[in-house]
Amino acid sequence: MMSERNINLLTLSLFVMIPVWAYMADEPFTITLMTRAAIFALAAVGLNLILGIGGFVSFGHAAFFGLGGYVMGILAWHAQNYSPLLEWPLLIEGTNSMPVIWLLSIILSALLALVIGAVSLKTSGVYFIMITLAFAQMMYYFSVSWSAYGGEDGMSIYVRNEFPGLNTLDPIQFYFLCLMLLLASLWLVSSLIKSPFGLALNAARQSPQRVQAVGLDIHRLQLFAFVVSGAITGLAGALFADLNRFVSPNMFSWQLSGEFIVFIIIGGVGRLFGPVVGALVFVGLEHFLGGISDFWHIYLGVILLLIVLFSKSGLIGLIAKKGGHHD
Amino acid sequence: MSFVLIVEQILNGLQLGVTLFLMSAGLTLIFGVMGLINLAHGSLYMVGAFAAAAVAGAFGSFILALIAALAAAAIAGAIVEISILRRLYRRDHLDQVLATFALILIFSEGTRWVFGSFPLYLDIPNYLQGPVMLPGGIQYPLYRITLIILGVLVAIFLGLLISKTRIGIKIRAGENDREMIAALGVDISKLYTMVFALGAALAGLAGALVGAIQSVEVGMGEPVLILAFVVIVIGGIGSIKGAMVGSILVGLTDTLGGVFLPKILQLFIDISTATNVGSSIASMAIYILMGAILIWRPTGLYGSRL
Repeated sequence: MMSERNINLLTLSLFVMIPVWAYMADEPFTITLMTRAAIFALAAVGLNLILGIGGFVSFGHAAFFGLGGYVMGILAWHAQNYSPLLEWPLLIEGTNSMPVIWLLSIILSALLALVIGAVSLKTSGVYFIMITLAFAQMMYYFSVSWSAYGGEDGMSIYVRNEFPGLNTLDPIQFYFLCLMLLLASLWLVSSLIKSPFGLALNAARQSPQRVQAVGLDIHRLQLFAFVVSGAITGLAGALFADLNRFVSPNMFSWQLSGEFIVFIIIGGVGRLFGPVVGALVFVGLEHFLGGISDFWHIYLGVILLLIVLFSKSGLIGLIAKKGGHHD
Repeated sequence: MSFVLIVEQILNGLQLGVTLFLMSAGLTLIFGVMGLINLAHGSLYMVGAFAAAAVAGAFGSFILALIAALAAAAIAGAIVEISILRRLYRRDHLDQVLATFALILIFSEGTRWVFGSFPLYLDIPNYLQGPVMLPGGIQYPLYRITLIILGVLVAIFLGLLISKTRIGIKIRAGENDREMIAALGVDISKLYTMVFALGAALAGLAGALVGAIQSVEVGMGEPVLILAFVVIVIGGIGSIKGAMVGSILVGLTDTLGGVFLPKILQLFIDISTATNVGSSIASMAIYILMGAILIWRPTGLYGSRL
């Protein structure tokens, strides 16, 4: 038995030690796997804010993940082909600078989240689940039919984008860049949870009427949480596209939205490190079960069913001595 | 834009609408009565299609194939309800989403395991092949007309079942107050299994009917499932009438939008841009419709007020 704090520290040390070991042992594939885990964790950390703390099950976070991916894809595609993105009314060139791409992914995902949130947060429960799913699906079909940027086939970017002072094509350097962003997002989310905003959001999930009676605007709280949540997941999308150097409509797929939820459930809903543990375990399972059988999704399905039926607080809850701050 | 084209597209839209109705009627019943959001409904659609393709391949009879689809989906639905989903009715939606997501994985990979990754084909029987002449000199495939008529018959049957029969009374009572009807001595868990199997059978029927037009493959259910979600969100979750109106609206919007938006845009901008932009907007049309309806009525057209 361990305290939740120790589990978090253990998780973090795994995120540092496994790649360092892989680097020493010259196993670049393991580093890529860990990069994948870190990026998925980042995406799910974003989702956890609205799902775990806000209590709204968004089944459409792939919309932001994909948007981030396409921001990266479109900017880098224009840079790679030396064709301007826009000539009129002002000249906008493509770029392969990561900080610019990240910033734009965050801004555009936040804007998309504002629109989707404004419509879907009016509802709750099952309606919310289905509406967010439908919006992500809309993005999916839009990207499929948008032939200028590859349509169904997606776009390949030949060279990974650049970050000042780093060689991003070196797996370990790109990995630590992703890990830094994951840590930054964890810090952001943890300070948000402790802030008056986070406390109010948490309270609004447990007892909306009381929070409203105190005079807080619940809708605005939740909308803000949804926007931050979408922005973080959008950033993860930009990184994921950079990892694969490939963007396609699959980044908008509903399976991905489902997997983000799965990460959170595996780790533990509403716990800061829940999505991080979940993403690590998921990528591990995907790798090892995938090696055993072509039909590894069956085993994954069975494991998920067992988790839902028998462990309500995820792996962290199973290991930790006492329940976390969730309900 | 000729009159014939318009009528043809309206019929195509109706055909999509009928398919969506078969899917969404089950979804909305299951949600209305048990409060369960069932993502695995698309898997039952797939089970129906595969059962039909297998039986048609073995015996060569389309009618037998349809019966097999109904039976296989109903049995699969009942098994899943009794063994797993029954435990989830009182849990929150997150658990339901996750468990039924897990079921999709199991169903999809299981089907791939049994039937392989290659699509199967279900042929339209001879007596339903070829076009039929409609009044006004319009030729339209006989099979699709049959599909529309069959869908309307099922809708009438469902409507009668729910409004006129004893089972229907129990179902409606279950939607309103499950504790009360359990207290009145109705075996509620048997009722739940029955409703679930009925919904599953309708999904299986839809899968088999559409399977004869498209290919039968793993993952065929989920796109339809998501459209069915849009339908029941528009119609109001739990309402059969809403599912009916919603499916016709979505079917027509999707089909007509895809054909006519590019053509309408051509009147204003050049043809290639119009085709691109038009098909992009058309692919989003039903979601825009859904968003608009939700802003107007957050619980859908026939949903109960929040």
